[in-house]
Amino acid sequence: MLHDATLTTDRLAGTHTSLDALHRASTDRSIAIRNVSKIFKTRQGPIQALSAVNLEVREGEFVSVIGPSGCGKSTLMMLLAGLDRASSGSIMIGGKTIDGPNADIGVVFQQDALLEWRSALSNVLLQAEIRKLEPKAARARAEELLKMVGLEAFHEAMPHELSGGMRQRVSICRALLHNPPLLVMDEPFGALDALTRDQLQVDLLRLWSNRAMTVVFITHSIAEAVFLSDRIVVMSPRPGKIETIIDVELPRPRRLAVRDTPAYAHYVQAVTDIFKTLGVLKEDEA
Amino acid sequence: MSVQAIDTPPLQAWYTRYEPPYALLTLIGLIIIWQLACSVLKVPAFLLPSPYDIMKDLVFNASYFVPHAAKTSLVVVLGFAASVAIGMPIAIMLSYSRILNKSLYPLLVGSQVVPKVAIAPLMLAWFGFGMTPKVVIVITIAFFPIVINAVVGLRSTPPQMIYLAQSMGASLWQVFFRFCLPQALPSILAGMKMAAVLAVIGAVVAEFVGSDAGLGYVILAASSNFDITRQFSAIVVLSALGMAFFWIIEIVERRMIPWHISIRGER
Repeated sequence: MLHDATLTTDRLAGTHTSLDALHRASTDRSIAIRNVSKIFKTRQGPIQALSAVNLEVREGEFVSVIGPSGCGKSTLMMLLAGLDRASSGSIMIGGKTIDGPNADIGVVFQQDALLEWRSALSNVLLQAEIRKLEPKAARARAEELLKMVGLEAFHEAMPHELSGGMRQRVSICRALLHNPPLLVMDEPFGALDALTRDQLQVDLLRLWSNRAMTVVFITHSIAEAVFLSDRIVVMSPRPGKIETIIDVELPRPRRLAVRDTPAYAHYVQAVTDIFKTLGVLKEDEA
Repeated sequence: MSVQAIDTPPLQAWYTRYEPPYALLTLIGLIIIWQLACSVLKVPAFLLPSPYDIMKDLVFNASYFVPHAAKTSLVVVLGFAASVAIGMPIAIMLSYSRILNKSLYPLLVGSQVVPKVAIAPLMLAWFGFGMTPKVVIVITIAFFPIVINAVVGLRSTPPQMIYLAQSMGASLWQVFFRFCLPQALPSILAGMKMAAVLAVIGAVVAEFVGSDAGLGYVILAASSNFDITRQFSAIVVLSALGMAFFWIIEIVERRMIPWHISIRGER
């Protein structure tokens, strides 16, 4: 098959970057978003997706961005990945200004974007092939990652043989293969059932537990944001701007049981209240 | 592989798994009805030859048919190969350049309105009587579905896939070969299947217009001799050729895209 052949040529070419070198090269994992605005020109006139967004994310921090549809969450992700340009303001990651596709990153989308023609393992290794990482080390790392999410028995499974949750786990492994300093996830668990969602949250926290990377996690779910995050960035709709940032001081490592504690309920309530005052959530008067 | 447990059905007895070749049985049934109708109603062979007459003609005159069939096959294969060689680069250009797509695509679709039979004599005038005009006629017919399907396929890569590729730092080249092209393969192969069938039609059209060999010529010659049986024999061989080319593409398809739903669904 196609990719086998290219893997071999990569090996012959001997132009690999070792995973360790990659790791050392990018020690600063902080993000500085300064006064970022984004205006889309559409046929109906300009639409302001983001308005003067300011955000500092510390190294190794887990930050969730939460807000209603159309608040510019996904736009923010595109800007972080350098896949789109801000209309004004600047984004710096690890002291480096982002002004083109940012490859120092791992991305996970709501749709898993697995390549249907590659096995689970081969999908994870795609990251290594394109980055020309040393194949042996990359393979070991891929196997380690798949094992961490409980897919060690599914290396050769094709995507269509996997459940939605398994597919998304493979795509997370792919995003982490090269030890990115920053992992950006755009509603990664949005298409999964509640039980699978819980499992993937636990899996994700396990992968992040040594704080080797900064995570920006975009979600619609208040409960998910509270369970996972160090801080929750609450955004208001059109034009998208940051309403509040909430520090979540729940102890780590977090277990699913934390969701039964009063402290957890308090944070969920706090975010819910903000959305109520914003008019995003409406309910009948009691 | 523990994966198999997921969606392979449990072992069933062979007789519940076995599926008879329905299409083949239907065909055999129709041939039998045809044969019976001819024998019972005593239809004269100059109106409608029976399957047996046709088979007899094919078997006893095999040495006559084989070179003609070979000639037609060569035209089909060359024409098809040229269609792919010309069609794919055009499709790639159209799918990458919006301006090119806007300026060429409508003309390309419009060009399909021109009846190919009508321009066949023109090709003869331009390219003489050899192989070239026939191959060119096949190209004019076969390259269209290849281009259209390839363009559709190449444009069907989900934007997220491109974002993913860019986040990996993939070059344009890598995006095309690792992401877009494999994604487009099912559509490209579907176009090739259509083109394979159309290529046979194109070859016959070309041979009708001006040729002293090939199955199209056999039909024309038989027609002027009022040899209906011979015409049917040639049609049978042509159909077999068309089917064979179609099957070849299908086998290629099974090998190249075993992951695609159209192949998987056929269990």
